Amino acid sequence: MSRLLRKRETLLFIIIAVMIGAFSTRADGFATPGNLAGIFNDTSILIILALAQMTVILTKSIDLSVAANLAFTGMAIAMLNAAHPDLPLIVLILTAVLIGACLGAINGFLVWALEIPPIVVTLGTLTIYRGMAFVLSGGEWVNAHQMTPTFLNVPRTVVLGMPVLSWAAIIIVALIYVVLKYTQFGRSTYAAGGNPTAAVYAGVDVGWTKFLAFVLSGALAGLASYLWVSRYAVAYVDIANGFELDSVAACVIGGISIAGGVGSVLGTVLGALFLGVIKNALPVIGISPFTQMAISGTVIILAVVFNARRERNRGRIILRDKAAAETPAEVAA
Amino acid sequence: MNNALQHPVASVATNDVPAILEMRGISQIFPGVKALDNVSIALYPGKVTALIGENGAGKSTLVKILTGIYRPNEGEILVDGKPTTFANAQAAIDAGVTAIHQETVLFDELTVAENIFLGHAPRTRFRTIDWKLMNSRAKALLTSLESNIDPTIRLKDLSIAQRHLVAISRALSIEARIVIMDEPTAALSRKEIDDLFRIVEGLKAQGKAILFISHKFDELYEIADNFAVFRDGRAVGHGNLKATPQDEIVRMMVGRDVENAFPKIDVAIGGPVLQVEKYSHQTEFRDISLTLRKGEILGIYGLIGAGRSELCQSLFGITKPLSGKLTLNGREISINSPLDAIRAGIVYVPEERGRHGLALPMPIYQNMTLPSLGRTSRKGFLKAANEFALARKYAERLDLRAAALSVPVGTLSGGNQQKVVIGKWLATMPKVIILDEPTKGIDIGSKAAVHGFISELAAEGLSIIMISSELPEIIGMSDRVLVMKEGLSAGLFERKDLTPETLVRAATGNA
Repeated sequence: MSRLLRKRETLLFIIIAVMIGAFSTRADGFATPGNLAGIFNDTSILIILALAQMTVILTKSIDLSVAANLAFTGMAIAMLNAAHPDLPLIVLILTAVLIGACLGAINGFLVWALEIPPIVVTLGTLTIYRGMAFVLSGGEWVNAHQMTPTFLNVPRTVVLGMPVLSWAAIIIVALIYVVLKYTQFGRSTYAAGGNPTAAVYAGVDVGWTKFLAFVLSGALAGLASYLWVSRYAVAYVDIANGFELDSVAACVIGGISIAGGVGSVLGTVLGALFLGVIKNALPVIGISPFTQMAISGTVIILAVVFNARRERNRGRIILRDKAAAETPAEVAA
Repeated sequence: MNNALQHPVASVATNDVPAILEMRGISQIFPGVKALDNVSIALYPGKVTALIGENGAGKSTLVKILTGIYRPNEGEILVDGKPTTFANAQAAIDAGVTAIHQETVLFDELTVAENIFLGHAPRTRFRTIDWKLMNSRAKALLTSLESNIDPTIRLKDLSIAQRHLVAISRALSIEARIVIMDEPTAALSRKEIDDLFRIVEGLKAQGKAILFISHKFDELYEIADNFAVFRDGRAVGHGNLKATPQDEIVRMMVGRDVENAFPKIDVAIGGPVLQVEKYSHQTEFRDISLTLRKGEILGIYGLIGAGRSELCQSLFGITKPLSGKLTLNGREISINSPLDAIRAGIVYVPEERGRHGLALPMPIYQNMTLPSLGRTSRKGFLKAANEFALARKYAERLDLRAAALSVPVGTLSGGNQQKVVIGKWLATMPKVIILDEPTKGIDIGSKAAVHGFISELAAEGLSIIMISSELPEIIGMSDRVLVMKEGLSAGLFERKDLTPETLVRAATGNA
């Protein structure tokens, strides 16, 4: 499968390259390094959230509350920054990560201890977290002039030729890569999603693994909340509305199986970049926002069809083996 | 407990009426396995035919052919003497065949009447479902079975015995002439069984042909007229059941020469390793005690539902026992999760290896090392090189055939997947290994290899608990055998006392 996956990722990479090439024929300067770096910078937050989503999806769960978590946490730290301008930025960022992780832990706890299906839990907390953002702010906005310059400027600061925002995404990509590939927790997420029963038999605590995945997802949403609020220089209740779907879409396009247990960090990053390129290119070549939405939607469905076909092929192998394994034995029932 | 007197037997002259259904020379071949080999069987109106055989004898395959799920590779099916093909499940229903399974295949959220008439509900003029007529017909059917179940309540609110009644009503509603009962008594109490048998007598009186599958001889002698015995996919005997003593049937079931087929190595058995004292579970088993010694193979035999797997799963920490004491190498231990068990050195190779054993999308080596990650990683970080080394060691030992250890397990054949599961558990370096039906679903040739391997493990000093439903395997491999019946110990037998008859008798509780 790893060979097959690699193929898919290569394919996705080629598609993105071809797209960039095609767009640059219609809009001069689209393919320049500067513009591409800009697209990457624009996509940084999506990459972080998509990786959060991916970790959860790998365990056969889903986190629909990532964007609402971002909105609440973003509001909280923006208000904190406005109220206490003297607090150092690092404290604010750590607070964001901590609040995000707590909200993620609530999801994780409900999924783990009460065994409620993740889609139901996070659909509920999605509205709760946004509602909390409203309650916290009373519906007020926190605007740029209320925020400190440090708060606003750090993500834009260029370090080694790239803004800190881009570096944040790169560091998170590396971190998640290491966590998933080189830690027991990472292996457990694949096992818990690939075959939960077998994972239990192998001594993996599936519920705990899911809990940790949700905490990680929440923490990344918290980090993303700071990046979002400072980048757009505003915090209000509806920020990142619907962004949870973009994060799921990036995973799906990147070949992460919604059924859990299959997928790679590289795939997710490419999936997010794919969406980023489309979002950046379509306005440039003069396509209306509504057509853009239709095009994005079509791409997502195509990706799902592609995934489903691949999974069906895999399913066939399993079924055949299963038939061979079961038939002679016959549950003597 | 022969209740034959309560159920007056119809005339014993069996074959003077033509069969309703006859199967001739049926073979069913699956990749690598011949599940049925040139089997013939006939079902007569007003007669109950008992289908007897060990697990894997081909009984369920036969049922699946009769209900149109499998199409046989060879042979013909005659209904009323006319050749018929059962192209799908509907064709079998149209021919008048219906099956009542051990776990009734019904819909919990639908009402009793809906379950009975699903697919052939009475309609009104406007082609909508005529609920009134459907409910009253359901009521009438249930009344004819002497039951007062309300047809409008949901199935999930019924007991298992009542569900059987619903299944039987369904069979009657489609005017089935051939009723297959697949272990219908497995979950029933004695009184419920008596009720069921009265209904079966009623079905007989209506001239229906009944195929009755059960492991319990006392019940079979009570209800069946004819019998057919299957062994390894072949029909090895049939006739009038009442005229055939049980010993003879057991001999047909077991058949082969038990002594030589199993390469059991004589091992000097050491001191006690695992002691289980008075293990009890809420519902599945009670007061089980056993001692497993070093190098010993302890067989656990019993019918399906006797609590064997449940006992072993509680030793492995999947379920918690209600009470009991566990001692490993002289130290009392408590096991609350599979991780505890793995750490203590007890591992369990589950029966359903696909579902419980492997994460198919993951590479072979990751599957193999999953329970051993604590040993292969350093400072919390996984070390791929260590993992590969460990996986390679057991892949070589088990002669695993794979392109590379990094390919997903799902791409391997069934036999090789099996090796990955076993390798994965051996890699944890256990002291006690529990094998649940280790040769289920593999062909005769591979069975011998698995048996050889089990013997080797015992010779290396591993203590083995082997659950098996196959008598030759249990008798050929075990040093001692614990027989379980309905959650209780039904006796512990030494190797010299192991005969098919004693074990079957203990497991079925028949004198």
